[in-house]
Amino acid sequence: MRSIRTLEELEASGELRTSSKLEKILKMGHLAVTSECGPPRGSDPKAVTEKAALIKDHVDAINTTDNQTAVTRMCSLAACIHVKQMGLEPVLQMVTRDRNRIALQSDLLGAASFNINTMLCLSGDHQSFGDCKQGQNVHDLDSMQLIQTVRRMRDEGKFLGGDDIKRPPKIFVGAAANPFADPFEIRVPRLAKKVACGAEFIQTQCIYNLDKFEEWMRRVRERGLHEKVFIMAGMTPMKSAGMAKYMKNRVPGMDVPDEVIKRIAGVPKEKQAQEGIDICVESIQRLKEVEGVSGFHIMAIEWEEKVPEIVERSGLYPRPKV
Amino acid sequence: MRLKCPANFRIVRLPCTGKIDVIHILRAFEKGADGVYVVGCMEGDCHFKSGNFRARKRVEQAAKILDKIGVGGERVKMFNLSSGEGPLFAQYSIEMDKKIKELGPNPVKVALQAKKKAA
Amino acid sequence: MIIASKKPIEEIIQEVKDYKRLLILGCNECVTVCEAGGKKEVEVLASALRMHFIKEGNEKKIDEKTLERQCDHEYLEEIRGIVDNYDAILSLACGVGVQFTAEKYHSTPLIPGVNTCFLGANEQRGMWTERCQACGSCILARTGGICPISRCAKRVMNGPCGGSSKGKCEINKELDCAWQLIVDRLRDLGRLDDYEIVAPIKDWSTERAGGPRKVVREDVQV
Repeated sequence: MRSIRTLEELEASGELRTSSKLEKILKMGHLAVTSECGPPRGSDPKAVTEKAALIKDHVDAINTTDNQTAVTRMCSLAACIHVKQMGLEPVLQMVTRDRNRIALQSDLLGAASFNINTMLCLSGDHQSFGDCKQGQNVHDLDSMQLIQTVRRMRDEGKFLGGDDIKRPPKIFVGAAANPFADPFEIRVPRLAKKVACGAEFIQTQCIYNLDKFEEWMRRVRERGLHEKVFIMAGMTPMKSAGMAKYMKNRVPGMDVPDEVIKRIAGVPKEKQAQEGIDICVESIQRLKEVEGVSGFHIMAIEWEEKVPEIVERSGLYPRPKV
Repeated sequence: MRLKCPANFRIVRLPCTGKIDVIHILRAFEKGADGVYVVGCMEGDCHFKSGNFRARKRVEQAAKILDKIGVGGERVKMFNLSSGEGPLFAQYSIEMDKKIKELGPNPVKVALQAKKKAA
Repeated sequence: MIIASKKPIEEIIQEVKDYKRLLILGCNECVTVCEAGGKKEVEVLASALRMHFIKEGNEKKIDEKTLERQCDHEYLEEIRGIVDNYDAILSLACGVGVQFTAEKYHSTPLIPGVNTCFLGANEQRGMWTERCQACGSCILARTGGICPISRCAKRVMNGPCGGSSKGKCEINKELDCAWQLIVDRLRDLGRLDDYEIVAPIKDWSTERAGGPRKVVREDVQV
């Protein structure tokens, strides 16, 4: 059903904007696979490179999170550089919480100088969740305005201030979408806004409520947005019934149906992790068939070693070579 | 009804305990009172609906301030009774008298008297 | 109006303990309405401080005065004749009043008696909530009359973020999500299509970021 182009055909089409591997794979028509790697709370690069090594053959690109949950960690850009130096493809996550427009533009140039060419624009969790509750937040730009900023720097070769950029950053730009947050009626219009701002791919919030996600996708298709942006479905395997309940009750904007919790709780404790993986694989298999889903973003939090199994069992292995 | 009750307090009449303010209670202590108690109607029976509830909150506020400045919040208390309960009024005044005697004199008054003596 | 809250009395005691003659100066405007620094609060604080310092054997002269406003020259002039009778002024006005009083009476130490919190409304008796951050360029016309800068924890201009859940903010279940309110109101106004207009990158130079601000109206100057 999917029509796949070769890299030569794609290159000849002139549709490529950057040298991002993710852009190539998506535009060739493959289902892309990304995963993520949370930088450590320390300066040891091995914490990044060892995680990356676990998943390197099974994903097309690796997100490095930017002080996720507002907890201070090694910076996302440095982690990306470590990933890049392994010959892999990093996705630079950038939140607008900690840096103003000077720092954001500056970091983009820094990233491009290492040929880091894929990024994800986010607003970031509020600092009250993290280890610096008494800190300031910046939010000079919001995530949509950051998307606009990157596109302006890349496509027009201009800084926000209007000056020309020497060697503009050639970066493939992504954004997040949460199909489950409230109010539901604007979840699709909000995606439309991100697309209008210039988002080229989307990684969604973790999906457990497949029916609701499919309803969201139906509305996405109704507006033709799936033809303007590559939507990668977010997947996080559950390790236990406890984790499922925590996600349901404690994580804002997360929709975990009771059936999912029941299913995991219904097997003995030592088998719950395997059940979680099974659910994840089954979900990917179901969503692969949904029109407009262009790939999967597998966020196996501190469980990276399970990514190969998930990818292989979901029929997403081997990964295309580009 | 001849009831025995302490003679060492002064009654300040109010149209409703809702009229009392934190400053009235503090002023009493500033002027040397050792304790203040506010006697309002039974809760739910206020003619003005919520006067006695307001009074209770203000008594609590005054107690907090008295604690913070080292005079002691226990020196102020709110009681509720209905107008026919003379014996209960007497009982409350005995109770309050006993408590204040245990606490001893208002330290502000003590300090002022000591100063006068020295002068 | 400007919303303030009383400073803890222990903190005030620490700040004023070394002054012999103290004027507690209230303000009849915002801090009176939000019950933090009006005539009544001046009376209560003065009484409490007098008692505390008498008890400590450190009796002070503590006087009370409440001005119409502390952010206007003409009202501040009212204490010119008495200001030299005091070693310090404990002002219960907002940060504006405290500073303006300090500027006017240069040689008298000024101590704030309240914490100035925000620009807000009296939402219900005893509860004040924030409505404005004085960014200097109002966007309420485009956001259904609800301000995402003062009411969204991330001041997201194109919200809501993914943390909006059942109408509440991720940082606190009691806090309304500003963007839920905006969407609700745009819908009620029949203007939900406006939601899709992308809010442009904001010029923050009219806000705190641009340095101390000034409004000059030559037409009303004499």
